[in-house]
Amino acid sequence: MATVATEPGPTVSRRRKAARQEDAWRRRAPLLPALVFAIIVTQLPFLLTLWYSLQSWNLVNPGSQEFVGFANYVDVFADSTFRSAALNSILITGLCVVVAMLLGIGLALLLDRKFLGQGVVRTLLITPFLVMPVAGALLWKTTMFDPVFGIVNFVLGPFGAGETDWVSQYPVTSVVAALVWQWTPFMMLLVLAGLQSQSRDVLEAAQVDGATGWRTFSSITLPHLRRYIELGVLLGTIYVVNTFDQIYMITQGGPGTASSNLPFYIYQRAFLGFDIGQAAAMGVVVVAGTIVIATLTLRLIFTSFTVEES
Amino acid sequence: MATQTERRADTGTETAAGGSGPQATGRRSSGETPGRVRGIALTVLTWVIALAFFFPVFWMVLTAFKQEADAYTDPPKLFFTPTLSQFANVFDGGLWTYVANSAFATVVSTMLVMLLAVPAAYALSIRPVKKTQDVLFFFISTKMLPLVAVIVPLYVAAGTVRLLDNIWLLIVLYTAMNLPIAVWMMRSFLMEVPREVLEAAEMDGAKLPTLLREVMLPMVAPGLAATALICVIFAWNEFFFAVNLTAAQAGTVPVFLVGFITSEGLFWAQLSAAATLASLPVILAGWVAQKQLVRGLSMGAIK
Repeated sequence: MATVATEPGPTVSRRRKAARQEDAWRRRAPLLPALVFAIIVTQLPFLLTLWYSLQSWNLVNPGSQEFVGFANYVDVFADSTFRSAALNSILITGLCVVVAMLLGIGLALLLDRKFLGQGVVRTLLITPFLVMPVAGALLWKTTMFDPVFGIVNFVLGPFGAGETDWVSQYPVTSVVAALVWQWTPFMMLLVLAGLQSQSRDVLEAAQVDGATGWRTFSSITLPHLRRYIELGVLLGTIYVVNTFDQIYMITQGGPGTASSNLPFYIYQRAFLGFDIGQAAAMGVVVVAGTIVIATLTLRLIFTSFTVEES
Repeated sequence: MATQTERRADTGTETAAGGSGPQATGRRSSGETPGRVRGIALTVLTWVIALAFFFPVFWMVLTAFKQEADAYTDPPKLFFTPTLSQFANVFDGGLWTYVANSAFATVVSTMLVMLLAVPAAYALSIRPVKKTQDVLFFFISTKMLPLVAVIVPLYVAAGTVRLLDNIWLLIVLYTAMNLPIAVWMMRSFLMEVPREVLEAAEMDGAKLPTLLREVMLPMVAPGLAATALICVIFAWNEFFFAVNLTAAQAGTVPVFLVGFITSEGLFWAQLSAAATLASLPVILAGWVAQKQLVRGLSMGAIK
């Protein structure tokens, strides 16, 4: 608006309108490259996915491509493995986010005091998040979960774990354990930032007024943390629901399809079954589901972000 | 907590009564003994948990220095004669090609992201376009689009234009993947630039390039660094696109690690060495830039 204001006094309205339009384009120009790029790279492939989902097309048989309408969708909804993969997606995401958040809150509370080596402890705790997820998953599968030589059985041995083969007996738990290990530091960092932004005065006032530790925590700290916890849960969910690395590396979705989530199952359909039409239809169903969930959660994110800015 | 509260309450009354000096200090320190025991207990607990969390990383690095025979023992070996031969094996196994691919994809995509995101963030903060909220909403919504939904057409299209196993395909995808995060982050940093400073500079007749270079740049430099750091972390660690769209030619470091689950028999010491090398750049960067990490992970929402 500043440029409009600097135009000299009274001008013809047409000139003013032209100037305003010019100003609008001058504002838009820096945005356009990023916007156009994002639209081309993220939206165009999705339109193609929509188109492929209406075709029967297996890459193994060249020339098998034909239009079949909604047949793929009928198959997808009749596919019990797809349903179990969807349930696994929800289960893995839900468990991981909730457990990581609870651990994260606990650790953040422990860290939010002055003690010897605070900085070192914080550094140690964030490291799991910085380890390359593929590398972390590989380590959990081998040196941690191995039935004979793994650390987990060595530690749990005195408690009667014996030679439990974690990855094949408890595939979902194994994947969730590796995920929780990776995501707890993320939650901890967000909650810790929340704790440290609390006003000391309010806390001290509460203590002077004779509020017990638990009272102070539940009626002052927790409400203050709410925004940070929400943010952690939302961002965590966005990332964890797309989990692929850990499942690929630890269980390959198995045994059978016991630990397949949607990303892994669709990957299998597309790249091991070469069934392009089916995989595309599943992709569309997943996006539809995501949109429903996302519109609800985005509203929450937006309130979180706008509060911060005002 | 109870003792702590009492202590605080005590100090409170003392201050109210004007009671300070030696008497107060004496009473305070006598009340501290149970509190101190509790404090030490909490500190020990914190350390134990932190070490437990860190243990898999410690074990990874330790195993990387073992001979294979020392890696497979029951009980696990803590002391052994260290060797660098596993690292040598990993490099002989062709790690360099993958590292070069990862580094190239990471650096180029991060530069592209910054080139696109900084002007966009400017247009969404300093001189905002009309539908700023909608644009922001659009950017973040692309982050929610499950990657699996686009992998099929990407694979088919890349095959048609012969871009499969080409590092530039990954660069384009990583740029798109990190762009929304970078736009949001940079916007949050630009919003912090005080309007008065900009207006004052404009009054002095500063031209836009000067304004950007001399006034804005020093103020948002930490923000630029934080944003680039987050983009580097995500690009370096990315696996889904890399494993599906590249092979021997353009494979990145995570793709190299996959070789260890498919090759016959597992070489734990060697895979630990590979995992250590693969994770090292991001671990070091994250340790150095812990503060920026929080802000980046929350997409700028948490200062």
